[in-house]
Amino acid sequence: MNRPVPLLTAGGLTKAHGRTPALRGASVELHTGEILAVTGASGSGKSTLLHCLAGIVRPDEGSVTYDGRRLADLPEQRLSELRRTEFGVVFQFGQLIPELTALDNVALPLLLAGTDRARARALAGEWLERFGVRGQQDLRPGEMSGGQAQRTALARALVTGPRVVFADEPTGALDSLSGEQVMTALVHTARESGTAVLLITHDAQVAAYADREVQLRDGAVVPLEVTA
Amino acid sequence: MIAMSTRHLLLGLLATGPSHGYDLKRRHDERFPQARPLAYGQVYTTLQRLVRDGLAEIEGTDSDGGPERTMYRATEEGARELSRWAGEIAPPAPFVANEIFAKVVVAILSGGDPAGYLSAQRAAHMERMRELTALKAAKGADLATVLSADYALNHLDADLRWMSTTAARLTTLTAEVDAA
Repeated sequence: MNRPVPLLTAGGLTKAHGRTPALRGASVELHTGEILAVTGASGSGKSTLLHCLAGIVRPDEGSVTYDGRRLADLPEQRLSELRRTEFGVVFQFGQLIPELTALDNVALPLLLAGTDRARARALAGEWLERFGVRGQQDLRPGEMSGGQAQRTALARALVTGPRVVFADEPTGALDSLSGEQVMTALVHTARESGTAVLLITHDAQVAAYADREVQLRDGAVVPLEVTA
Repeated sequence: MIAMSTRHLLLGLLATGPSHGYDLKRRHDERFPQARPLAYGQVYTTLQRLVRDGLAEIEGTDSDGGPERTMYRATEEGARELSRWAGEIAPPAPFVANEIFAKVVVAILSGGDPAGYLSAQRAAHMERMRELTALKAAKGADLATVLSADYALNHLDADLRWMSTTAARLTTLTAEVDAA
């Protein structure tokens, strides 16, 4: 059977923080439009894997290939452009800019990419609408609930039309119903736009929104039991 | 496991007004979508027992253009019984024994591969959780489906957490044995 070429591939990644190894030969594939959950206990290397895949940190060994290009071969400027235009990132705490309103937070990546202000704000409004937080567009992050802030962060991650969204425990700080709203919004939007999602979570109920799961243990992917 | 009380579920459906067997079956299957659909025979037998015990009575017949159907309604005693049952605390299971637990224990005792079993079982649980999550996250999912999927998801999640803890304990145990 011909398997399609993955959009993003990590092979044999190792990475140590000081003397502490975080990844020990982790390999993973993400396909176009796929929602992949990476699960594992705290300290298993999930976030480090995400940082390597998203080109935020460089692995000590192994390689990350995105759309046929090895990230390690790209000059910093090109990598930075890739992160800005083709990747979106959401963290456990949305990391919105506290001084900006929800609308301006979401418009920011477009402004950085050179979109004119009126167009950027109009698009940002549309994305807030899709995530059900249009009514909060003039609030600053400190004035929003955790769930509203996270949905705003998702709108910001998706507003540039990325091909991959990296979400690191996006519901980790939310109660279960707010978490459900965030996950439903993320999954529906990703499916509609064909965006691939790499979802880091320790919560099986969150992982169940994904198409597939890989488990990390001690910095490597736990092999699936194949009984066939 | 204590069997779900069909008589109380039917009494609950009758609490909204008189109804006939076919309608009760249909509404039951709608309200409890994850439960096994009721058989018509079971509905009619249960209705007859409710009448025998004075909890329901025959209201009359309704043809509504089709075949004639017997309409039932709950009696006052039926309403009291329903209220008693609905407020009754279900006993928390004192100790939950199930097949997964039994298989892991047997694998440990017999020198089998409990870690391999747990990993394969986890994959099967996750597959079921993905199906349930897709059901409840679907646009237009009704409340009964969402509540029922939540209930199953939380129980499967509890199994998974036990399996993760057990897998971690197995690793520790193996390390201790190897070090000895």
